[in-house]
Amino acid sequence: MHDTKVKLAGDVERHTLTVLVDNEAGVLARVVGLFSGRGYNIESLTVAEVDAMARTSRITIVTSGTPAVIEQIETHLRRLVPTHKVTNWTSAKAGIEREMALVKVAGTGEKRVEALRMADAFRARPVDTTHASFVFEITGAPSKIDSFVELMRPLGLVEISRTGVAAISRGPEAM
Amino acid sequence: MDKDDTLTRSEAQAAETMTGAQMVIRALKDQGVTHIFGYPGGAVLPIYDALFKVNDITHVLVRHEQGAVHAAEGYARSTGKPGVVLVTSGPGATNAVTGLTDALMDSIPLVVLTGQVPTHLIGTDAFQECDTVGITRPCTKHNWLVKDVNDLSRVLHEAFEIATTGRPGPVVVDIPKDVQFQNGAYHEPQAIHHRTYKPKTDPDLSAIVKAVEMMAAAKKPVFYTGGGLINSGPEASKLLRELVDLTGFPITSTLMGLGAFPAARPEWLGMVGMHGTWEANHAMHDCDLMICLGARFDDRVTGKVSSFSPGSKKIHLDIDASQINKIVRVDLGIVADAAKALREMIRFWKTQKHQVQAAGLKAWWKQIDQWRTKKSLDYRNSDSIIKPQYAIDRLYQLTKHRDDVFITTEVGQHQMWAAQRFHFQEPNRWMTSGGLGTMGYGLPAAVGVQMAHPDALVIDIAGEASVQMTMQEMSTAVQYNLPIKIFILNNEYMGMVRQWQEILHGGRYSHSYSEALPDFVKMAEAFGCVGLRAEKPSELDGKIQEMLAVNRPVLFDCRVDPAENCYPMIPSGAAHNEMLLSPDDGGKISDAGKMLV
Repeated sequence: MHDTKVKLAGDVERHTLTVLVDNEAGVLARVVGLFSGRGYNIESLTVAEVDAMARTSRITIVTSGTPAVIEQIETHLRRLVPTHKVTNWTSAKAGIEREMALVKVAGTGEKRVEALRMADAFRARPVDTTHASFVFEITGAPSKIDSFVELMRPLGLVEISRTGVAAISRGPEAM
Repeated sequence: MDKDDTLTRSEAQAAETMTGAQMVIRALKDQGVTHIFGYPGGAVLPIYDALFKVNDITHVLVRHEQGAVHAAEGYARSTGKPGVVLVTSGPGATNAVTGLTDALMDSIPLVVLTGQVPTHLIGTDAFQECDTVGITRPCTKHNWLVKDVNDLSRVLHEAFEIATTGRPGPVVVDIPKDVQFQNGAYHEPQAIHHRTYKPKTDPDLSAIVKAVEMMAAAKKPVFYTGGGLINSGPEASKLLRELVDLTGFPITSTLMGLGAFPAARPEWLGMVGMHGTWEANHAMHDCDLMICLGARFDDRVTGKVSSFSPGSKKIHLDIDASQINKIVRVDLGIVADAAKALREMIRFWKTQKHQVQAAGLKAWWKQIDQWRTKKSLDYRNSDSIIKPQYAIDRLYQLTKHRDDVFITTEVGQHQMWAAQRFHFQEPNRWMTSGGLGTMGYGLPAAVGVQMAHPDALVIDIAGEASVQMTMQEMSTAVQYNLPIKIFILNNEYMGMVRQWQEILHGGRYSHSYSEALPDFVKMAEAFGCVGLRAEKPSELDGKIQEMLAVNRPVLFDCRVDPAENCYPMIPSGAAHNEMLLSPDDGGKISDAGKMLV
């Protein structure tokens, strides 16, 4: 499991936040502009409409900062007019975080066999196969994807596409 | 956007059909708007055409859109009502950006309506097209591009709601020209139940209980008040006076909060911060309890944050949760409207029969009186040259018998001198650009104030550099017979820049001297105003009286000592107890301090 509580340097911590917003024009720009305008980091960001009837979108952001900066980020996100709710999965509520990646590896012979063997061990599945390449689909905590990518590097890694983190709470309740 | 997306409404509501342009005018009327500040252009012509047919909304034609926004700010700040602006697309919108940012920084409620190119041309680099909502997103509380005429009335009412509630601020509604022409359903303002926007204004009573307990335990307390008290409305100022009556605590204020507490009362310490008084800053530094009411620990107040009031417990009341613990960690945060929180504080203070720490408070006042003997606002006067401090003092003395004096300022030394020396007894009388520090704010703001208060004495205390930034609004003042007084402390320099260059940059006055200045008296005459000039201290009173006697706009060229610096001063990077009182104190500024603004 990806440990979001790891301290990167000094007091800087990585936190995963989910922002439930009204899906209106420009709402993503408001959120992203808040981060760039105030000098906050975005390590990954995912966004999609989650309720077509209620017209709400869910934005999940992995960010880093000191506890004071994280607190500021949360209060500023809450202050945006279209924001319904902000949840911090790292400090406030137990959540599950998952990411999907597509990993392209090119090679022949022993390297190609080894890549497939590794993929199997990681429960990554080939979604495109040629005599000279694979595209693997892998899902898991970001750290698991990091490890898989590192293993693929010497085996002919060509490129990676990652979705960023999606998060949801454990247990029966909503965020 | 979907028309019923963010609002729930009573079903019985009748909708009238009209054009988008008519909806704008109708919504303004339904929102109680009587004055708007604007400038026409291609993309707002339908709205201007609708405006042509109405009599109960006064449109003030400015000379530049920045002036419209500052005028609306002055109008809003002096009335407590939202300021309304109408400008065209493209340059009309971009010219409004400085004013929008100014209003955002100082929490001024504005509704700014911008025209936009027709929807089918958006994104084509059409004539006078710009991405108005993109450009204004970071300098508004919220903004909208209305692409469907049936959304327009809801958005307009929502715009007023968002601008004026919670922490007030500017909003922009961008209306494409085709939407202005289209017919659609107009809905009147309803009780709004916004899906997401629900500002918290009621305090947590447990926090109030804790706050009054902390106040009762304090031996060296100080109230540190700000613009939030003004924005909360006159009731907050009344309650503040009552709380000071109950406790006898000393009180200081930020630049934005001046007037919430009467400067004539003995508990008043003067302004806090970079150019605050010796007693206010030392009280802030040495207190054991700081009660911050509607202020935001701005860098101009705190100085060096790591040395800021090191021994105190801190209570912070703010309507905006994001302000709490932003700069300074506090011991107790209260998110609420100032008046509501003050009312509860007074109630709990009384019902729980709290008493102050009488002996401690007495010693604290003794210490404060000691600091007061420094007389930190004193200056060396002159018989031969008008000192800017003297000019402000005379202006104050000659107008203080009136209870309808409104002061606006530009930005710089004159602004600080005015804040220090022109004393206010009531809120909403002091209009200044605090957060953004916008040179050119004061003249158009005075236009807005005078529109709202036609019989009042409205004075723009100005500098000769600032005033030239929005000078053209003189013409607006003449057009609407607004007898504003523009009192220029003319030292021929960008005075505050010159002062910093003297202290920080070895007296190398790089481009801070205006080598060519207009003859302000002739310029006043060219605009159709009255021009006056005072060059000697002996003629100052007479000329000020002359200015006050004229019921027309006056441009007063007060020639002051060009070398005078504004003291007291906390140099950048220094603590509250490291103030400079005069040039004799030197001005050693650390390398870290030089990096600050």
